Amino acid sequence: MNVVDISRWQFGITTVYHFILVPLTIGLAPMIAIMQTVWWKTGNEAWLRATKFFGKLFLINFALGVATGIVQEFQFGMNWSQYSRFVADVFGAPLALEGLLAFFLESTFLGLWFFGWQRLNKTLHLATIWLVAIGVTASAYFIIAANSFMQHPVGVEWSEELQRPQMTSIVEVLTNNTTLLAFPHVILGAWLTAATVVAVVCLYWMARNSIRAKKLEAGTAPVTTAPSQLGASAEQLMDDNRKLWRPVALFALWMTIASGIGLFITGDAQAQLMFKQQPMKMAAAESLCESADGAGFSVLSIGTQNNCDHINHIIVIPNMLSFLADHTFDSRVQGVEELQAQYERDFAKAREEGRLARTVAESSAFPAGQNFAPNLFVTYWSFRAMITWALGSVIVAFGGLWLLRKKRPGGGLVVPRKFAVLALWMLPTPFLANASGWIFTEMGRQPWVVAPNWANPDEADPFKINMLVQDGVSFNSSGLVWTSLIIFTLLYAALGVAWFLIERRYVLEGPEAPADPDAETTDDDESDKLSFAY
Amino acid sequence: MNPTTLQIVWFVLIAVLFTGYFVLEGFDFGVGMLLPFLGKRSEPDGDKRRRLIINTIGPVWDGNEVWLLTAGGALFAAFGGWYATMFSGFYLPLFLILLALIVRVVAIEWRGKISDVKWRRWCDVGIGIGSWVPAILWGVAFANIVRGVPIEFRDPNHVYTGGFWNLLNPYAIVGGLTTLVVFLTHGAIFIALKTKGQMRQDAVKTAASLSLAMLVIAGTFLVWTQLAYGKTWTWAIVAIGAAAALVVVYATNKEKEGLAFLGTAIAIVSTVVLLFGSLYPYVMPSTLGSDQGLTIVNSSSSEYTLMVMTWAAGLITPIVVMYQAWSYWVFRKRLSIEDVPDTPAGLSLTDPDSVQTGK
Repeated sequence: MNVVDISRWQFGITTVYHFILVPLTIGLAPMIAIMQTVWWKTGNEAWLRATKFFGKLFLINFALGVATGIVQEFQFGMNWSQYSRFVADVFGAPLALEGLLAFFLESTFLGLWFFGWQRLNKTLHLATIWLVAIGVTASAYFIIAANSFMQHPVGVEWSEELQRPQMTSIVEVLTNNTTLLAFPHVILGAWLTAATVVAVVCLYWMARNSIRAKKLEAGTAPVTTAPSQLGASAEQLMDDNRKLWRPVALFALWMTIASGIGLFITGDAQAQLMFKQQPMKMAAAESLCESADGAGFSVLSIGTQNNCDHINHIIVIPNMLSFLADHTFDSRVQGVEELQAQYERDFAKAREEGRLARTVAESSAFPAGQNFAPNLFVTYWSFRAMITWALGSVIVAFGGLWLLRKKRPGGGLVVPRKFAVLALWMLPTPFLANASGWIFTEMGRQPWVVAPNWANPDEADPFKINMLVQDGVSFNSSGLVWTSLIIFTLLYAALGVAWFLIERRYVLEGPEAPADPDAETTDDDESDKLSFAY
Repeated sequence: MNPTTLQIVWFVLIAVLFTGYFVLEGFDFGVGMLLPFLGKRSEPDGDKRRRLIINTIGPVWDGNEVWLLTAGGALFAAFGGWYATMFSGFYLPLFLILLALIVRVVAIEWRGKISDVKWRRWCDVGIGIGSWVPAILWGVAFANIVRGVPIEFRDPNHVYTGGFWNLLNPYAIVGGLTTLVVFLTHGAIFIALKTKGQMRQDAVKTAASLSLAMLVIAGTFLVWTQLAYGKTWTWAIVAIGAAAALVVVYATNKEKEGLAFLGTAIAIVSTVVLLFGSLYPYVMPSTLGSDQGLTIVNSSSSEYTLMVMTWAAGLITPIVVMYQAWSYWVFRKRLSIEDVPDTPAGLSLTDPDSVQTGK
């Protein structure tokens, strides 16, 4: 592999890894804030227990999220220095704003939240977790604004003097239509992820408690060391289900459903926008090679290679793709081959007329011989995988709400073991859906690192403000990048295993016993122990 | 071409962000490096001592680290050419720093999650590596920036053409030792400032011996920098830095850790100001010729971007400084070994579920 491929693999691996952890952080922060708010408002101790229990899971996750995020901040400069120089004027701004407005907020106030249980008064302490939630959400906004510039550059003009794009409006960059749709989609995906995780954990504990309660009544319960079950009677276990797990589960399940509906709406809007602004990406997502009026949606296709000669559509829903594109059934959708020919023609013409930027004109491949289509195999299947994996959360949500109905025998407090097992199997699905979605978005942008703005040339000159991936890479030796790729991958893998084992251990441990006294006290006691210590 | 006002403002702001980073993370690194020495494992309360040491930076270290991320982002936004050349050129040192920082984050956060002796030892190793490596390499990197490295201008990119070994020269090594010893002293003083009882005594004693090493090594580095790369006005900075180092020696011996902390903080600020002052108007001078290097003019973003960023930084930075200061105020109480909970932190490795199901 050459240095471009190695650098792409490195960026892909580190980013996908980072984004396994990020959605859980983004989604869990507001959920914990809401749990604590309910406790603050009602004084219901169950919600305090839930807050602390999920707070621990949150911190374990946050640590690795931060650790993998540090790399991203510098990888642009390390591996993609030509790209960094090219886009710095506009790309750096959201990155710096993210640091100033979001990273400081979340990291400072998370420290205050964790260590401040006995140092801050109740309301101030509640405010700190809300600020963490705002911080993590804001950071997503800024980084998506930066990413959206690469998908659909706006707010810039070409500077002859600098030979690179120059920002003309930060407002346009931050209100890019791609950002305004991608941001809610990503946030809703994160909420779906966290809500599914919380729901599955609650359902698992409800099943565990109800099974144990039954065994206790029958006198066949085995010994346990889990603190929340230690010495508890059958009644107490079911009491936990009633007061703690069921209300929190219902909250999470309804949040899953709401996020799912939101994802559907924003996803549909994003698709329509993409058909206009990045037609090649959408054509590739459907492996639509030839343009068609009333194009059909391919449900299943078989292809061994990533080019048009090797794709056979097996099942197609007629006219569905046209409907996705603009909500009419007979509109024309451009295929990969037509778009390829069009881009070749346009770039050749622009070169003749001297409309290419000097650096663009000198770059490796324009106009002949450049494949403007992404890897069709990856885009086709990642798009389908994203939608399919999201169904995992749907199964949990509907199954859970069905089982927790008050009308069910046991008042919706008994969860059968089989469903708990099913729910646990569904736990990875939202993570996989998030990863698939980002792989589609990013690999669908290939071969560009800054995609030309075809749809509206007035916003940013597509012939000048664009960059091919191979032109963005640093002048590194491949050995150097191989080294960092291998070491990052191994280290991340080891940390990933540790992360999983610790999270699993804390889920199995369960929350603190209900007798946990109200933690909030004044701080005048000289010798009081730290409420939380590393 | 002469630099514009905004370019100068941003050169100063980048220096301010790195100053903030080194002053705040400086003691985090110092605390991490001193963990095995002040948290004597052999003593009966060894683990409590270690937990006490880690908890002196417990609520604040993550916020401190963000200064680096923001400095990186600001560098990208204001001087994209500098960002691109520095991080691609200093690839290996930066890669090592990143590895160290990753390991440190998870080691600090996860150490108390599992109550197992081996687990804690591994985490202590992680905290150690995560503190020693960046404490040395930041000095090496910044000394090399000031000294100049082989950079070739291949329109429109500036490309670093030296290898890794090029970065290991006597001046850079002294630079690395300087940040190391300054951060060690800074950390020891911080522990003294945040604890009471025996730990405070031990820390201030350690700081007193370290302060002498700091006086010699950092003094050498400051004078070398001044003689080789300094400007006339930076003599004043050298004088301030040297005076601060002397104050540290005095204050640590008198066990006045508040004054000593101010001393190391000023020493760090003077070092950063001297380095940036010597650089100006370059940001990365080239050893291949004065026309090949990066200056604040040829590496900067457009005036519009700088203006936007100036507004953002001007409005937000004071707020950040205020709430970070507030978080230090909230956790201002000195900790003693008695404040560390008696029960070991975290869960046992045994799985409650495995007992229950009889696996």
